[in-house]
Amino acid sequence: MSKRKALVLLSGGLDSSLAVKLLQEQGIEVKALHFYTGFCVTEFKRRLGQTKEDGTPYENPALKAAAQLQVPIEIVDISKDYYKVVLNPKFGYGKNVNPCVDCRIMMLRKAKEIMEKEGYDFIATGEVLYQRPMSQTPERLKLIEKEAGLEGLILRPLSAKLLPPTVPEKEGWVDRSKLLGIKGRSRKVQMALAKKYGLEYEQPAGGCCYLTDETYAARFKEAYATEGTITPDDLTLFAVGRHLRLPSGAKLIVARNEGEVNFLKGFTSRYGFARRVDGKGTLALIKGKPAEEELQLIADIVARYSKREPSKVLIKVGDKEHLLEGKPVSDELIEPMKIYAKKEVGSGA
Amino acid sequence: MELKEIKPDLVHDVTGTYCPVPIVELSNQIKKMREGQIIELVADDPGSVKDVPAWCKSTGQEFLGYYEEDGEYHFFVRKVK
Repeated sequence: MSKRKALVLLSGGLDSSLAVKLLQEQGIEVKALHFYTGFCVTEFKRRLGQTKEDGTPYENPALKAAAQLQVPIEIVDISKDYYKVVLNPKFGYGKNVNPCVDCRIMMLRKAKEIMEKEGYDFIATGEVLYQRPMSQTPERLKLIEKEAGLEGLILRPLSAKLLPPTVPEKEGWVDRSKLLGIKGRSRKVQMALAKKYGLEYEQPAGGCCYLTDETYAARFKEAYATEGTITPDDLTLFAVGRHLRLPSGAKLIVARNEGEVNFLKGFTSRYGFARRVDGKGTLALIKGKPAEEELQLIADIVARYSKREPSKVLIKVGDKEHLLEGKPVSDELIEPMKIYAKKEVGSGA
Repeated sequence: MELKEIKPDLVHDVTGTYCPVPIVELSNQIKKMREGQIIELVADDPGSVKDVPAWCKSTGQEFLGYYEEDGEYHFFVRKVK
């Protein structure tokens, strides 16, 4: 019998790496697929010039895992269509603005295309039953399969024993008895297996998608409620800087460090902005049209976030430039304007 | 052979893009090339220094090396398959 071939969705986390390993052990030829959605935390950190504590760049976990597992990897770019899913998910959002169900369906549909084009037999994922409440219940897994047109063709080696037999199991391409029956959030079994196989992995696992971030979600929801629309630029900017909503409805995005200043500079040709005349300190992007009487407030906010000292501030809105003396504004005044995941008072959180 | 003496069949500039876009670009270009041809990928994402060799290792392409100049990284990869 010729060797059976599987495509494995590889995030680079431990679970998907183990899925690859379990199939390799059964003699299955594996190719890894990694999806680029445009909402990747590593990409963002690198773009903002952030590094790990030791000063080295954040690594792409999927590339690292594929090299370690010695499987070919293809990075599939779905970013062009992905933002439409983020704005209008058929199956709704998770806890934040993560459209996990729609996202899985989109990735699996793409995987199906590749499977058919390149002659693979089935698809496998590192999904673990009940690990994530939104997308990993038996009902959800079934729904996702059906929507992707892959019924019976998605094997979840980590939880296979708890799920109905798939085509690869029924056909004897893989031995079901050698697959696992893991469920829930505990990672004990996976960690023991990592040790057994000598796999290095990122800890904590996953967390590559910033749509699951609470502050990102708070900004997304606030912008939608206030402005009525979300633009592709917004989807990028929600992840950067401090966001302040001014009383007029205009918004300030204030850089927190040099990396963010450089990043926001890239937007100054199409947005208003404010910064110290001498170029020191922060840069604040202005979205929308602030009221005339708010210009002083903007200058004061820039002064607050630029070494907290009085300074001359240049504000450019549309074709107009304004030069104002900024006096650092108090944090109490700024706080109600800030948009982030605020904890409820008295929740103790 | 010194890297700077290599005459690549193709030079592809991905400066201004960050992980994983440089790898997506590299992969797309390699698909269009013939076996034995060499691509020079120019990137400014410091993380590419790890990503490009890792991608080559996993996909079986030959990583010839890289040099850094003025904040840009020049990677040389030979298409093997």
